[in-house]
Amino acid sequence: MSPARVWRERGARYRLEGSKCKKCNKVFYPPKPACPYCGSLDVEKVELPKRGKIVSYAIEHTVPEGYRHLAPIIVALVELENGVKVLAPITDAKPDEVYIGMEVEAVLRRIWEESSEGLIVYGIKFIPIKE
Amino acid sequence: MRRVYAAGVGMTKIDRHYDKGFQELVHIAVKNLVDDVKMFSPEAIVVGNMMSSSLYQQDSLAALVADAAGLRGRGGFKVEAACGSGGHAVAAGYALIASGLYDQVLVVGVEKMSDYPTATTTSALAQAADFEHEAIYGVSFAALNALVMRLYMHRYEARREDLALWPVRMHEYGSQNPYAQLRNRITVEDVLKSAVIADPIRLMDSSPIGDGAAAVLLVSEDVARKVSDTPIQIVGVGMGSDGLDLTSREDLLNPMSVRIAAEKAYKMAGVEPMHIDVAEIHDAFTITALLSIEGLGFAKLGESWRFIKDGRFASGDKPSINLSGGLKARGHPVGATGVYQVAEIVMQLRGDFPGVKVGKAEYGLAMNTGGVATLTSVIILKR
Repeated sequence: MSPARVWRERGARYRLEGSKCKKCNKVFYPPKPACPYCGSLDVEKVELPKRGKIVSYAIEHTVPEGYRHLAPIIVALVELENGVKVLAPITDAKPDEVYIGMEVEAVLRRIWEESSEGLIVYGIKFIPIKE
Repeated sequence: MRRVYAAGVGMTKIDRHYDKGFQELVHIAVKNLVDDVKMFSPEAIVVGNMMSSSLYQQDSLAALVADAAGLRGRGGFKVEAACGSGGHAVAAGYALIASGLYDQVLVVGVEKMSDYPTATTTSALAQAADFEHEAIYGVSFAALNALVMRLYMHRYEARREDLALWPVRMHEYGSQNPYAQLRNRITVEDVLKSAVIADPIRLMDSSPIGDGAAAVLLVSEDVARKVSDTPIQIVGVGMGSDGLDLTSREDLLNPMSVRIAAEKAYKMAGVEPMHIDVAEIHDAFTITALLSIEGLGFAKLGESWRFIKDGRFASGDKPSINLSGGLKARGHPVGATGVYQVAEIVMQLRGDFPGVKVGKAEYGLAMNTGGVATLTSVIILKR
């Protein structure tokens, strides 16, 4: 993992930026240089709402190298308030507390460390909304 | 375009081949292929493989295959479409012959997955997903499929035990296939009690980690009869894609890549789903089988699990699906799987498949996908 690669993705991973198609007006995440729906090459970056609901989720027990200390990882597909979907881990919740339809909110968290002296990568995770 | 035939096939038994590298696996598959044809003189090589770079530190794969197959001097290339690499390699080999460039092309699929601990292999497999926005979170390939499976069960009110019927059937067929990795029979209870990989996916919903190589010799109509007494024609080839990420997809339970690849292949072959007698489909996980069956038009969306419960798609039905044992039991050496499927369909149509046979069949279909139905190929063959 190179610092430049992490830096290039800062919009999507730090600020939850997606893309909006200037032709068909659809909004999507992650940001892409072309619209996945109508094929237009003319899109712009937009910041997405931070709140949403869980569409589906998985509790990952067999975890790739470098993430074992996080197991089990709760992986969720979240539909934001504007209908855009985002895939990210759920944190600050126990696996048996999570359910389809649960309301969650995006937060910035540490997601990966290269080694004790290497890069630290930050990104979006979702936490349950407790009101 | 010229007509293209599969003139011969060869496979290795899928297993944890700790004593064999890429060269040895390819060599065995090619030797079996040579025994299957009257003449063997490929002019080019296409290799289906996913993880030679990430797990085997090897590129320039066509040169490795050339040496393993005694074909030094012949040109070629590797085709990568994640777990769908093998089927796409057959599509590329098809194009080389249909175009008139060559008369004989060797298509090989090869993968080694068992040399490393599961966590390392899992990381390499996760490269089939969107690295920047999925894998970077430690999200495994199994977890993405598990998320889709939970959505399927939720939307269509399928119970966990209903979805355990597929792997049970696959193990039954695998037990009769000498090339299969898993040859033990299992029960629904075994599936439901097996270790949780990524809830709701359990170990016995998942294809095993294994090594293997398969080979198919594709030829033009000009030489087909010189190479084989029983050439099987490839009558339909289709490919399709969907978003690399799951988030921007229209509907996770309506796999666009499968639908598009199938439409193209059916149209080219001039057939409909009801004409297919035997099929090998991609069932890396139980949920993948359901989405593949529905995407291919063998069942409507949300209905495949009920059909399976009713005994449909089994031996004796039309289509009979995954008589090899499928990825679940035959095994899934990822980049090789699509070539295994085509080899199995060729043998089914010739009537010499060594496991559960379809009986008299005219049309066969092989469907192979990489990622969560991200890159799909569909190949239709005719006796």
